[in-house]
Amino acid sequence: MTTVRFIGVGEPKPKRSLRLPLKLVSYIQATPLTLILGAFLLLPLLMIVTVSFWDYDFAQMYPDFVTFNYTETLGSWVTWKTYLNTLKFAFLVWAITLFIGFWVAYFLAFHIRTAAMQMVLFLVCTVPFLTSNIIRMISWIPVLGRNGLINSGLIHAGLVSEPVEWLLYSDFAVVLAMVHLYTLFMVTPIFNTLMRIDKSLVEAARDAGASSVQVLTNVILPLAKPGMAIGTIFVVTLVMADFSTVQVMSGGQSASVALMMKNQMSLLQYPAAAANAVVLLVLVLLMVAGILRIVDIRKEL
Amino acid sequence: MYADKRSREFYILAIFFGLFVLFLYGPLSAILILSFQGPNGGLTFPLNGVSLRWFANLLETQAVGDFGGSFRRSLMLGIMVMLVTVAVSLLAGLAFRRKFLGATVLFYLSVASLVVPSIIISLGIGVVFQQFGIQPAWYSSAFGAHLTWTLPFGVLIMFAVFNRFSPSYEEAARDLGATSWQTFRYVVLPMIAPSLIGVGLFGFTLSYDEFARTLMTAGTYNTLPLEIYGMTTNVTTPVLYALGTVTTVFSFLVIAGTLGLIIAMNRHRSKG
Repeated sequence: MTTVRFIGVGEPKPKRSLRLPLKLVSYIQATPLTLILGAFLLLPLLMIVTVSFWDYDFAQMYPDFVTFNYTETLGSWVTWKTYLNTLKFAFLVWAITLFIGFWVAYFLAFHIRTAAMQMVLFLVCTVPFLTSNIIRMISWIPVLGRNGLINSGLIHAGLVSEPVEWLLYSDFAVVLAMVHLYTLFMVTPIFNTLMRIDKSLVEAARDAGASSVQVLTNVILPLAKPGMAIGTIFVVTLVMADFSTVQVMSGGQSASVALMMKNQMSLLQYPAAAANAVVLLVLVLLMVAGILRIVDIRKEL
Repeated sequence: MYADKRSREFYILAIFFGLFVLFLYGPLSAILILSFQGPNGGLTFPLNGVSLRWFANLLETQAVGDFGGSFRRSLMLGIMVMLVTVAVSLLAGLAFRRKFLGATVLFYLSVASLVVPSIIISLGIGVVFQQFGIQPAWYSSAFGAHLTWTLPFGVLIMFAVFNRFSPSYEEAARDLGATSWQTFRYVVLPMIAPSLIGVGLFGFTLSYDEFARTLMTAGTYNTLPLEIYGMTTNVTTPVLYALGTVTTVFSFLVIAGTLGLIIAMNRHRSKG
């Protein structure tokens, strides 16, 4: 690289016709992304904040400045219970996906010896995540249902006499389906950071007499933290935003903030839904900001 | 780096990994099998005979839903989102290689696009269209909603690709007298082509399966995921599984085709 540069320096600069300044090129290249995110992310968010202060009746909304959308939402015991329920899902799914994600990524990164095999096994994990979420969700119904595979297996084996009811349409089913849907978002970032760990660090630790448990806790786990943080951002935001899994898998018996919003939207109570959206958005952004204090995303890419 | 003999840790983790793969694919194979349910069979095992009745049902009935139309719309939308995602992510990736005013803001805006709950984006775009008096439709409002989900992935991937891209190739090309367009076209583009195809795959599949963002933005005509979502509440026959099988097989074909393309390109490159 250096030699190339040295040759270039001595020569006269070739004449270029109509050359745009580099700065301007960057701006032109960044324009489409800016416009799209401006129109379909920033503008809608501003609109939601505005509408959350509007008045409404059964038919339409009226521009106004009222705060009862917030006081009604935050003053209701149901809202607080729903937020708590959503946070409970987020915590459970986060803990389980982190556990599964770390061990799967660790197995792929440190126990599979050839790069080709690593790629193949990683793709095996990835492919289901590129298929429809709803289909993957409903695919649990014949497994968990009253007459599903697990229940008939249990009854056949004589372990239970009645079908187990809490397998489907319960919080258990919601968490199971969410883990099923979102684990890859934990596996990929952790796998990415583990692959970048210099293998000689592990060897050095072994040469210094560390056991495999010590290597894991003192070398690998600390270096895997950025990947875990990014995975956490994905999983937590996905669970906080989820309404379909909660609706389908709990059979309407459990609630989440997004599901509450969706119900308000179907009743055309947009300002109420908007107020909820603002509260949820602030909560999610605070969580993400907290996680971003641990990790610099730009460095991890 | 490890001794040649596999440790006990390896076998435990291998079993764990195997169970994880079973967990991922087990339920999917259940609906795959149940979609061949006999004419009198229900939504659960056992199979009550084997038939193609539910696949046929998919083609004939218009009462349950418009699968053909919604599939065509989802396909078109997926292709539109894919093309725009590839082009815009590539341009943004190129822009981020140099420092410019607002680069950090734009980067974090992309990250924000990823973390803002999808139903909020759906609601926001729906209200914007309503207030501006524009009829929402799958090719306008839903198109934009999908882009807020696919673009961050594309931009982050391109960001990572260019982080690892050595500028010496471009310097060499320039020293040999290539114009900046030639440098891009004949040096940079072939090198990043596999990643661009990956971004395209992400763009298509994320859009093709997306429905939280489509909920408020699809307008009059449903996309396929919305159609399926509607079916989960009111359809009680295995036709649901047949539809699931068809879309899943379609997704698998798209993924396999794309991977084949990437492998072929890599092979071609290492030969030439």
